[in-house]
Amino acid sequence: MILWTNLRIALQALTANRLRSVLTMLGVIIGVAAVVALLSIGQGAQAAITSQIEGIGANLISVMPGRLEEHGAMGAGGTAQTLTLSDAQAVAEVPAVMAVAPIYQGSGQLIAAGRNASAPIVGTTPEYLAVRGVNVELGRFFTPAEVKATARVVVLGAQAVRDLFGGLNPLGKRVRIKGTLFEVVGVMAEQGGQGPMGSQDEQVFVPLTTAYRILGGRAASGGAFLVSTISVSAASPDVVAETADRITALLHQRHGLGPEDEDDFIIFNQQQILGAVQEITGVLTLFLGAIAAISLLVGGIGIMNIMLVSVTERTREIGIRKAVGARREHILIQFLVETLVLTLLGGGLGVGLGAAIAALVGRSGLLTTQVTPDSVALALGFSAAVGLFFGIYPATRAARLNPIEALRYE
Amino acid sequence: MTASNHRSGVIEVEDLSKVYHLGETEVHALRGVNLTVTEGEMMSIMGPSGSGKSTLMAILGCLDTPTSGLYRLAGTDVSRLSDRQLATIRSRQIGFVFQTFNLLPRATALENVELPLLYAGASKRRQRARAALEAVGLGDRARHRPVELSGGEQQRVAIARALVNEPAIILADEPTGNLDSKTGDEVLDILTTLHQERGLTLVIVTHEPRVTARTERTVHLLDGRVEREERP
Repeated sequence: MILWTNLRIALQALTANRLRSVLTMLGVIIGVAAVVALLSIGQGAQAAITSQIEGIGANLISVMPGRLEEHGAMGAGGTAQTLTLSDAQAVAEVPAVMAVAPIYQGSGQLIAAGRNASAPIVGTTPEYLAVRGVNVELGRFFTPAEVKATARVVVLGAQAVRDLFGGLNPLGKRVRIKGTLFEVVGVMAEQGGQGPMGSQDEQVFVPLTTAYRILGGRAASGGAFLVSTISVSAASPDVVAETADRITALLHQRHGLGPEDEDDFIIFNQQQILGAVQEITGVLTLFLGAIAAISLLVGGIGIMNIMLVSVTERTREIGIRKAVGARREHILIQFLVETLVLTLLGGGLGVGLGAAIAALVGRSGLLTTQVTPDSVALALGFSAAVGLFFGIYPATRAARLNPIEALRYE
Repeated sequence: MTASNHRSGVIEVEDLSKVYHLGETEVHALRGVNLTVTEGEMMSIMGPSGSGKSTLMAILGCLDTPTSGLYRLAGTDVSRLSDRQLATIRSRQIGFVFQTFNLLPRATALENVELPLLYAGASKRRQRARAALEAVGLGDRARHRPVELSGGEQQRVAIARALVNEPAIILADEPTGNLDSKTGDEVLDILTTLHQERGLTLVIVTHEPRVTARTERTVHLLDGRVEREERP
């Protein structure tokens, strides 16, 4: 009852000074729009990266050789020659391991029909498809028999097809890789984006055995076959951590390391990567939101300024209200409601504007944006808090006015 | 004081004084005023400027509290009440009519009359406000804003606002001061009629003899004291 009347009084007062109300609201509108738009960019980025990582497979565990340590200088991860094909075969025996794809990777020159390109060459086994959650778009992947037979067959990434064949159907065509002729038997489905080792669409896939023949890949000592990555697929996302621990223990023992020795390999799963990436994008989102919140704060100061002017202008009105029986809290609530109407109305318009900006940015293709209910609630809640915070001082001033002096005010 | 004493007057003022501090100087606006207003009385207070009649009016209207002395309104001692309690008294017991009308410019006549009911938390506000407007002959002007009304009509809206809560007393501060003599007479007619028909208790501050001529008693203030009292 009283609230409804206060709303009406507030709207009357605000429409009496329409231009001033709109200009005052503009500060909140811009502030809230900035919060909504910037949060949408941050959250859009987070969602895009998350889905890309999840697309690689939530069950995936990757094992890579450790850093090469030479004369005290640390090399990059994967430079040491510590993982072998027999390690991969042993990992396959670990409980809850569904499939294992050993990978030996190098790079080299590809030539086809007069064109040439340099591409990452990935030697692996047919398990690769299931373990990495990728598909063949055209033709087929190579078979276990072809791996055994060191067959000269190749499956091209989508970008490699464009580079070498200009997008024409390459099935059955021949490609010369590091001087050896291969037959194209399949084309991978487009992945998009950047993987951990360059664009996955540029890669070309050959049987692991064939890769050893053209790229080398025997350890300097002992002559074991080396692998650059062991990709492991766990039975379910729930057992990923536990399976990773088992693999760690197995490899630790196989490499003849003592309990005090550090691992000479790196093991990580998608959830760890996801967690790290989400942490980074979360900080980014928070940072963007905080910058936008500053403009909302400035808008709030503008509102306080105008409300103070308004209280002074309406001193006589306050005196009249008090003379006919208004208590302090009546006046306090009246002015507080007025400030809240300003900020919430501005907040609502700001959400609309922010969503429009986000949609525009999203359509431009520069960035992915995502307006979530959370960010809208956050922006509205924050603007209401700004309204309350900056409204209380002017409203208290109004409520404390002495009725006699207020009535005499000209 | 026993409860039976309040029968004697709706307003009982004993030895009321008010001192303002303007920097170093003390201003004695009231120096021991004694005054009784009986229920249903229509009386006036007269005095030159600086005689303390505005201060007395403010205290009688519970807009201010006295420095010392006693003020009993309808049997309740209101001279030591808090800000909040005074506001409640104003909304229930007192109706104000001002020289400059003091209507809210953005509100309609009806909304202006409703205002005291709103703050008193009363029910059936619309109906009661409409009835009060009809009592001052402005039933057809309910939707008009103050700027759309003449001075006499505005003062009649203010009178309706003063009586809508059925207060114990109506205080009028120079109610005809901003009106020409014809509309001033009309406003006085309405006040007199309300007094006669409803038994309203009216205290009018004025300096116009044509106003005091209408009242049953006039109290003259001078230098913060009651100088004399006369009945026509």
